Amino acid sequence: MKLSYLKALNRALGDELAADERVFLMGEDIRVAASNLTAGLHARFGDDRVLDTPLSEQAFTNFATGAALAGLRPVIEFQIPSLLFLVFEQIANQAHKFSLMTGGQCRVPVTYVVPGSGSRTGWAGQHSDHPYSLFAHVGVKTVVPATPADAYGLLVSAIRDDDPVVVFAPAAALGVRDDLDFASLAPVPLGVGRVARAGSDVTVVALGHLVHEAVAVAEELAGQVSVEVFDPRTVYPFDWNGLGASLAKTRRLVVIDDSNRSCGFAGEVIAGAVERFRLDAPPRRITRPDGAVLPFALALDRVVQPSRQDLLSVLLEVVA
Amino acid sequence: MTPDSAGLYRTVRLIRRFEERSIEFVRSGEIVGGIHPYIGQEAIAAGVCAALAPTDQITSTHRGHGHVLAKGADPSRMLAELMGRSTGLNSGRGGSMHAADFSVGVLGANAIVGAAGSIATGAAWAARRQGRDTVVATFFGDGAMNEGMLLEAFNLASLWNAPVVFVCENNGYATTMPVAGAVAGSIPARARAFGMPAFTIDGQDPELVLAAASTAVRRARSGGGPTFLECLTYRFDAHHTFEHRVRLNYRSDDELADGRSRDPLEIQGARLASSVVAAIDAEVEAVLDKAAAFALESPHPSVEGALDYLYAMRLP
Ligand SMILES: Cc1ncc(C[n+]2csc(CCOP(=O)(O)OP(=O)(O)O)c2C)c(N)n1
Repeated sequence: MKLSYLKALNRALGDELAADERVFLMGEDIRVAASNLTAGLHARFGDDRVLDTPLSEQAFTNFATGAALAGLRPVIEFQIPSLLFLVFEQIANQAHKFSLMTGGQCRVPVTYVVPGSGSRTGWAGQHSDHPYSLFAHVGVKTVVPATPADAYGLLVSAIRDDDPVVVFAPAAALGVRDDLDFASLAPVPLGVGRVARAGSDVTVVALGHLVHEAVAVAEELAGQVSVEVFDPRTVYPFDWNGLGASLAKTRRLVVIDDSNRSCGFAGEVIAGAVERFRLDAPPRRITRPDGAVLPFALALDRVVQPSRQDLLSVLLEVVA
Repeated sequence: MTPDSAGLYRTVRLIRRFEERSIEFVRSGEIVGGIHPYIGQEAIAAGVCAALAPTDQITSTHRGHGHVLAKGADPSRMLAELMGRSTGLNSGRGGSMHAADFSVGVLGANAIVGAAGSIATGAAWAARRQGRDTVVATFFGDGAMNEGMLLEAFNLASLWNAPVVFVCENNGYATTMPVAGAVAGSIPARARAFGMPAFTIDGQDPELVLAAASTAVRRARSGGGPTFLECLTYRFDAHHTFEHRVRLNYRSDDELADGRSRDPLEIQGARLASSVVAAIDAEVEAVLDKAAAFALESPHPSVEGALDYLYAMRLP
């Protein structure tokens, strides 16, 4: 059975709604499933569990916090990644801080899902960000699945987690399909990475859709360079043990990251790796440029994002 | 005089003296960072919280001590929280602007102006969906009326019939910005535009506040949806205790004298026999003596635990 990444997310929502009546969904146009994420769920679970919201992101994000304080487990779908800028206060400064500020009197189990982050061809400047580093920076649990099985398993874990969790589903990963037995779908713990492809010369750390790009480049280089692809799955908490095990073999590191360079995910992985592990070559990163805004014209959009070609040439340099 | 008169007076007196003593502790350095005094506005917290059942809930503001005390939090643990002690309501992790006590329905004071109204709406809606008849009262100032998120929350609450009482404490100023310079149109008209009843009441009289809040709470509990109460009040003291140092000049002496002439403590005290007033005053003083001793003797949290409680579920 072929299961797409988007369908896997949809299945995770359906399974969790069925398993726990405290779970409910909120978002814009989710009853008719404008993004397809919630397809079929309104018919199955009804008005009480699948709520269309007015265009009031700040209020409904805090509303979810209040509902969580009252014992429910809200899941919010955001139509576009940049809406997270609009509700950064409500997530980073409210939901995330409640547990510590109250001395542990409460928990805020809200899940925020963005089905379609990063570039969606032709959507330009205000719809193409990938702001996962911001959430990792403030300590909000942040997840970027790469495969359908992980999309399912990580979303399930996010919903069952008692803290706020942001789940970024990159637009370029939504269509990924895998042959999967539904019975094999299972929760995937937050904070545990995986080796997407084994190798011994150099480790590439990649997230989301870039895991597939990195694996493709690794195949291309097979016979010439043995590339290991490490998919941390969660940006925060980051699986340093998993990365350490990989670097113990390869002692070389390249990070490919579809977000901006300064203070970004790639810089953090490199800093963390050189603090902890011994490397035989200077680590390298491939990212969007500093402070990039995704331009509209297709060629410009593409040139700003990390590419297979960039990764290939950086890999050859690192092992040289 | 109503059956609640003595209780209302006691709450007003407790908040007033708690605040006055806290200001002394700010001056002596026991409370670090200062506080936003609620002095002059106590009738609102006292009246609204008297209208709530123990299982009802509130959200509060940066000026929150009065709300938290009126809802029934222990003054000793509240004062310990202001001093950052491990016995505090929030184990010393919240301080003045974040005091929370879930055991008595205080979902937390919130230091972002206008933020708590939407949290209260979600909590109220969720409680009703789970079959509980909880009402949530949410306090905010006139300044919050210009925060878009709060107006969004009015819409959600009204649209979804959430059992919320929106309590606007109009003390005439957002820090130094006079309400007339900040709010176009009228405050209750904004609430009415979202389809909820809105009333303007004298926020200096605890009994009038109690009466209005009781009607609003009944309406919310019976499924009637949210009500908006604009309580006209006056802040007798500074916006924040730092103001004593910087000497902001935005209120005339005449205005201050006029505002302070309508003192909820006197208004409510006048309804009671002087012997009753004296007995309550003595009792409150004893409670606060005990609170001060408790707070001062309480241990500071150990620094190893600085980030305890950050996550409800541990990181791997
Ligand atoms: C969103 C936001 N903006 C600004 C501030 C800084 N600030 C703290 S209190 C305050 C004034 C609030 O006025 P009001 O809502 O009328 O309440 P009051 O202080 O009069 O009780 C301001 C501007 C803040 N905490 N949050």
